[in-house]
Amino acid sequence: MALSARDTETLVRLVQLTRDQEIDCDDCLQHVAELAEAVLAGRSDPEGLEAVRHHLALCTECNEEFRALKRALAASG
Amino acid sequence: MSRSNCRWLADLRGRGLPQHEALEALRHVLLRGLRGAIRGADEAFLEDVVQEAQLRILDRLEQFAGRSRFETWATAIAIRIAFDEMRRRRWADISLDSLLATGSNLLLQGEQAAAPERGAERSELVSLMYELIHHQLTAKQRTALMAELHGMPQGEIARHLGSNRNAVYKLTHDARKRLKRGLEAAGYRPLDIAAAFSP
Repeated sequence: MALSARDTETLVRLVQLTRDQEIDCDDCLQHVAELAEAVLAGRSDPEGLEAVRHHLALCTECNEEFRALKRALAASG
Repeated sequence: MSRSNCRWLADLRGRGLPQHEALEALRHVLLRGLRGAIRGADEAFLEDVVQEAQLRILDRLEQFAGRSRFETWATAIAIRIAFDEMRRRRWADISLDSLLATGSNLLLQGEQAAAPERGAERSELVSLMYELIHHQLTAKQRTALMAELHGMPQGEIARHLGSNRNAVYKLTHDARKRLKRGLEAAGYRPLDIAAAFSP
């Protein structure tokens, strides 16, 4: 299997987004509930959660869990 | 009637009937949340997730900062447990070795992968990326990064490396930083990269 152009682009995109300081998955989990509630309520991102947004752009798993949390909140009304 | 965050914390930290009732209420909250998050999930699987989530939530009560509803915070924890387990099952039969064998080929095939018809700039950038991956990263960083690039979840990479998800994130973060520094040292700026990958 050859590395697809898409895979290479993905890696370049991830590298471009990389910062010296990033939060990890546990830090993200600590704050993601607050972000999900704000998104569902149509509010702007709460102050101090930019690093969470950034982590979600880089971390496939946390992003998948964030989307699942939004579905859970939407379903429970 | 919904519970306040304070009451959740007080009852869950307590003992006896209040804690028992809070755990039962939490069980319903988590089940409802998981059913909404994972359509068509097996009920026995969800019950197992809830049991594990209750223990983890009790263990982490001190970490709840009160900046969201307690139910949302707790549901996020249950969702992580559920998705980690689903990923583990999905990747159970795939070894890191087989993925890495593919990864080694990928590194060797870097020159060919940079197809000329995709443009000289892009070809040069792709070749540089391969060079950096091969020479600037440690073996462990390369392993984690290539496995991640091939879709293996970080939790699964961690399981193979005898590590944990956070440590794998740190490993790939360090790898990305090295690649970024390598690109910058070679004179690439974000706009050049964007131009190289524009359609």
